[in-house]
Amino acid sequence: MTAFTGTVRLVRLALRRDRIQLPIWIGTLTLLAASLVPSIIEFYPTEKSRVELAISSANSPVSLMTNGLVSGTSIGATVAAQAMAMFLGVAFMSTLAVVRHTRQNEETGRAELVGSAVVGRHASLTAALIVVVGANVVLALLSTVLLIGNDLPVGGSIAMGGGIGAVGVAFAAIAAVFAQIFDSARAANGAAAAAIGVAFMLRAAGDAMGEVVDGGIRVVSAWPSWLSPIGWAQQIRPFDRDNWWLFGLFAVAFLGLIRLAFLLTEHRDVGAGMLATRPGPARAPSSLLGTLGLAWRLQRGVLLGWAIAMVAFGAAYGGIGDEIQDFAADSQATEDIFQDLGSAGASVTDNYFAATFAIFGIAVAGYTVQALLRMRSEEAAGALESVLATAVRRPAWMASHITVAVLGTATILALAGLATGFTYGLIIGDVGGQVPTMVGAGLVQLPASLTLAGVVVAAFGLFPRRATALAWGAFALCLIFGQLGPLLSLPQWVLDLSPFTHLPAAPVEDVAALPMTVLIAVGAGLVALGVAGFRRRDLALS
Amino acid sequence: MTTAISVSGLVKNFGRTRALDGLDLSVATGEVHGFLGPNGSGKTTTIRVLLGLLRSDAGHATLLDGDPWSDAVDLHRRLAYVPGEVNLWPNLSGGEVIDLLGALRGGLDPKRRAELLERFDLDPTKKSRTYSKGNRQKVAVVAAFASEVELFILDEPTSGLDPLMESVFQDCVNELKEDGKTILLSSHVLAEVEALCDRVSIIRLGKTVESGTLAELRHLTRTAITVDTARPPSGLEQLAGVHNLEIDGTHAAFDVDSHELGRVLERLTTFDVRALTSAPPTLEELFLRHYGDELAVERENHEEVPLR
Repeated sequence: MTAFTGTVRLVRLALRRDRIQLPIWIGTLTLLAASLVPSIIEFYPTEKSRVELAISSANSPVSLMTNGLVSGTSIGATVAAQAMAMFLGVAFMSTLAVVRHTRQNEETGRAELVGSAVVGRHASLTAALIVVVGANVVLALLSTVLLIGNDLPVGGSIAMGGGIGAVGVAFAAIAAVFAQIFDSARAANGAAAAAIGVAFMLRAAGDAMGEVVDGGIRVVSAWPSWLSPIGWAQQIRPFDRDNWWLFGLFAVAFLGLIRLAFLLTEHRDVGAGMLATRPGPARAPSSLLGTLGLAWRLQRGVLLGWAIAMVAFGAAYGGIGDEIQDFAADSQATEDIFQDLGSAGASVTDNYFAATFAIFGIAVAGYTVQALLRMRSEEAAGALESVLATAVRRPAWMASHITVAVLGTATILALAGLATGFTYGLIIGDVGGQVPTMVGAGLVQLPASLTLAGVVVAAFGLFPRRATALAWGAFALCLIFGQLGPLLSLPQWVLDLSPFTHLPAAPVEDVAALPMTVLIAVGAGLVALGVAGFRRRDLALS
Repeated sequence: MTTAISVSGLVKNFGRTRALDGLDLSVATGEVHGFLGPNGSGKTTTIRVLLGLLRSDAGHATLLDGDPWSDAVDLHRRLAYVPGEVNLWPNLSGGEVIDLLGALRGGLDPKRRAELLERFDLDPTKKSRTYSKGNRQKVAVVAAFASEVELFILDEPTSGLDPLMESVFQDCVNELKEDGKTILLSSHVLAEVEALCDRVSIIRLGKTVESGTLAELRHLTRTAITVDTARPPSGLEQLAGVHNLEIDGTHAAFDVDSHELGRVLERLTTFDVRALTSAPPTLEELFLRHYGDELAVERENHEEVPLR
């Protein structure tokens, strides 16, 4: 028996467990890639329009931060400049899958059962990597075939498809290391998400600080971009330079990281992490002794992570607010974009912030959904059984989680506004004026989150076993309607289904009381429905 | 005699599966009641109905003179529960979990808590995720036993405990019984049930098949007899209630239905008994008698299903 004995069987087990999940990830990302080419061809049919887009993107720090660098004006190059969502998607697909097949197995005790059979020490990690690398290869091939099928050059198509897969492979290796270091799947996934965030921010900084060359159609990134696997994938510059040597850099990074992961495997016990779990207190603090105290204890880590991330984004977006006016003066296209998003009479800067806060609003709703779904995981994992066997009323237990989720959402939105207002105010010398305005613009997003919160609570109360899918499905619809609705030319009544459509474009528009009241009332009604449903139903234990 | 738990004709369906099919259960105040049944027979479902976690589809259930569903919260102040599968919050320490569950239940006795931690040899500073199954169970058991309540509902509480801890557990249950507490103990450990329980209920496929004191149940079953006589015994095979008879000259061994024991002994004395041992049926035999036919049924079912 070698350290790798049993790998093949474990690969088959992992494929069997992921037979629905991975195909959905791959399918969604492939569809995203497939939809990119026709929309670029439709919106930017001529070379002239693509040159204008390239120049305005290269000169907009916002575009450089969120979309990444610009490299060339062919159809392929324009498509490649829009690949950021693919990079982020494939990174999350890979890290979640690696943790699912390594640390999560150890945490649940499945690894112990498997490890007692004829299975080598390295088999579990090897199998996870084979499955995830395989998924990335499939995704890369499908993307490449789709790009070639749209009459794009073969070389560039391979470079772009390969770059997407390479990002996934790199983050799979990073997750493999984290799965050895942390002794819970939650912590490993959190660290991997943070790594993706850091990789995004590094190249956002590097690209925004980059130098515009070749008459404004190419950007040479500054050094921070080279510290990020997402940055490397962009530096491949598909359909423009096709820098193949970067795949070598990916290979070196992948091999180095998995070597480290295997080394760590050899130096730890099954089930343990590299960081020893510290002992806790022998007695509970009085702050823990209630349903609200428990909910806070269970939720505070997630809240802290979101707060840090949104403060970072707020500071970054606030930091470049002052430059928007200058770029807009150079490019009518940029000004038009922000005018479309905001209000016609307002300044470009105000419209820029309105667009920023609309993005913050839907992003933070992701926290709302995640926090409320904790109720479902408490129920399914079984700890709720012990709680409800004590003198705890079901509505009181729900209320404690809903309180934490709602106050948490408000806090994150306010902090994002605070960070935006503080950095922007610091630059224009008006901290005292900007902070209240931006905090207000953040909090204006809250009612839409509350409506979505109502949907999640109702799903939990009425359809517990489908609650997770329903909640994220509702969130995804809001995201699609909000971000892609105008692009997809959806009818207004469809867009109106999303609560976020009804928010005023703060800080530009005045806040009208009626839509806000309706959003809150709908949310409250759905919450009441969910609570009533939960009071009546059986516990849905897994 | 007052009743702590009274259940009659309880029915619970999960989709098309009938988990409880007219189950009866009666637990008197102050007794330790054993709740026996094979895996999947409905023990845990019954307990969850009694705790108001599941709603019954038909039948009556009364717990401490209240309705398990509508009076759940008030009843839960008066009872403590140890689930069959103890799931704790991974990042809370054992001590925190004990205090939390105690507080949610309405308070716990700190002196008793310290004493139980000592007796069960449990380190309360460890994070729950690092506990073994047995230690997770100890956390739930300590939290329950340190509560000042009148009824304890324990769902296979010792399945992960080692023999030493098992004996600590039995001592604790006996102490609670002396204090007049009522205990419903679902268990697979028959020796434990024999040692602790005043009465038992045996369930199968969601129905109660036997209920009573161990003595009463023994009466319903067979006693194993081995006997040496001066003259070879004859005619035993014709007596009602004699089973598995083996005769080797003047030595005979057989099982006899308990209610026929007197008449069989009368017959034996006519052959001049030299030595006689009689073994009362163990709970295990009781158990197997009820599940024996179930095993047979299961075997048949398996034979009907073609091998894939």
